[in-house]
Amino acid sequence: MKMLRDTRLMFVRNMQHTLRNPIFIIVSMFQPLLYLVLFMPLLNGLGSVPGIPAGRTVEIFIPGLLVMQALFGSAFVGFSLIDDIRTGVVERFLVTPVSRPAILLGRVLRDALVLLIQCILITLVAIPFGLSVNVGGFLLSLLLFALIGVTMASLSYGFALIYKIEDPLAPTLNTITLPVSLLSGIILPLALAPIWLQDLAKINPFSYAVDAARSLFAGNFMNFEIVEGFVIIGLLALVLFSWALRSLKKMAS
Amino acid sequence: MVEDTVIKTKELRKTFISKERGGKKEVEAVKGIDLTVMKGEIYGFLGPNGAGKSTTQKMLSTLLPPTGGEAKVLGYDLVLEQEQIRQNVGCVSQAGGADLSATGLENLILQAQLYGLDDSTAKKNSAELVESFQMSSFIERPAQTYSGGQKRRLDVALGMVHHPRLLLLDEPTSGLDPQSRAFLWEEIKSLKARGVTIFLTTQYMDEADKLCDRIAIIDNGKIIVTGSPEDLKSNVGGDTIVFSFSSDEIAGKAKTLLVENIHLENIQAKDNSVYLNARDGERVMPDLMRSLEAEQLEVQSVMLSRPSLDDVFLKYTGRSLREDERKR
Repeated sequence: MKMLRDTRLMFVRNMQHTLRNPIFIIVSMFQPLLYLVLFMPLLNGLGSVPGIPAGRTVEIFIPGLLVMQALFGSAFVGFSLIDDIRTGVVERFLVTPVSRPAILLGRVLRDALVLLIQCILITLVAIPFGLSVNVGGFLLSLLLFALIGVTMASLSYGFALIYKIEDPLAPTLNTITLPVSLLSGIILPLALAPIWLQDLAKINPFSYAVDAARSLFAGNFMNFEIVEGFVIIGLLALVLFSWALRSLKKMAS
Repeated sequence: MVEDTVIKTKELRKTFISKERGGKKEVEAVKGIDLTVMKGEIYGFLGPNGAGKSTTQKMLSTLLPPTGGEAKVLGYDLVLEQEQIRQNVGCVSQAGGADLSATGLENLILQAQLYGLDDSTAKKNSAELVESFQMSSFIERPAQTYSGGQKRRLDVALGMVHHPRLLLLDEPTSGLDPQSRAFLWEEIKSLKARGVTIFLTTQYMDEADKLCDRIAIIDNGKIIVTGSPEDLKSNVGGDTIVFSFSSDEIAGKAKTLLVENIHLENIQAKDNSVYLNARDGERVMPDLMRSLEAEQLEVQSVMLSRPSLDDVFLKYTGRSLREDERKR
């Protein structure tokens, strides 16, 4: 009960922060929008390639693009936490009996909500480009994107709590997000990849998320990929959140 | 434990492991300290930067687990009863910790809610603090617009919002202008008047001297001496009294007179003046004046200076706190 109330307090505090500069919700959508406008036409020009049946480029590309937004959009939230560490805000929270998980939950839930707003906006923008989407599948996929957001945000917060300064944070996060996105078939389908690359992608949890999102957008609910994606990302979110929580508890030392 | 003991530590110790080239190195930040803070007092924790003051405060506020020793805060065990300590202790860190993009009032209300107060109590307590800390003129503005003094007032108020019985203050006036310092000192005194026990960490001697009932001087992770500022200073030696005359000749005569008639030791004459050291300087001075004037040795001016806490620090460490300050 206490944890719920504390989480709500923390969520509201963080949401107020975001809403003081709502423009950044839009600004951090630029990357996927640019891919949509400047890159997707190239894919269209390829015609039929393995993994992208002719005429279905948008339906394959957009779910991947949303996973990309979930990966990159949430990966850098740790910087805001470093700001709070430096100004003593986190310490001020920690001297109160506030539930420790609530401090982080209030942040990752805010991050997930911001991400969902972005995913919905990007999807709306993609409709004029010919996107048709199964509504039920889309709503379910939002849950998946939220889980990816929680995963990446936890990762980012975990490192922020360990480093406590900005400098090493960006290189660390780039080192993780770039291979993870290359190995998930977001930009080009992994069906194009040589076997060794496909095998490598199999150990990347986010490649399962991309597969699951594509099945959901297409409305193939019987596809086992969907369950696989939810379970893998759900577990990863849990593990990374626990890791970040441990870093928070150890922060002062 | 006596009921009136608010903080009691025994051999409290903190060792950090720092990673350096060539392996790990142990850094002893706090080397086993014994503290006893009584209910209702302002207890000063005085020492130079890096002495282990903030580390001690972080342990007392449950942020840092101690490496060794034991401590009770408000009767609760520092390691086993963290929740109770957090609920009943207020803590203001050196960084302050106000959320700068939020208003002061938003900060106060949230902090009260985090202490588990219901919404209406949180608002009531916050409003009271705004009133007593005289913050109403700026409290609804974002904290990033505050002056140093205003921000510090908010920081201290954030530590008081749940009516704690003990307030831990880490360097509350560092970097403030004299006026804001004086204002904050008054605030701290008024908190004491309301029955709050205050543990005040500071590197300023005048602050410890003016505010504290008792102090502990810490250097290099160890407490070197504890006591009331008055006792500590009088243990260093007596007061210094300086009589000035119109010439060296008269000063010489005065010295001879004082040595022969009153049997004072530690007396020096130079630059038209006589310097002497005496306990209870303000009591002996009128007598000395009278015996000088009885011999027609006209005193032009008199100066009495008391030993400072810096003299205390100097006596025990061989270094001056002021020197440490100046090096920075």
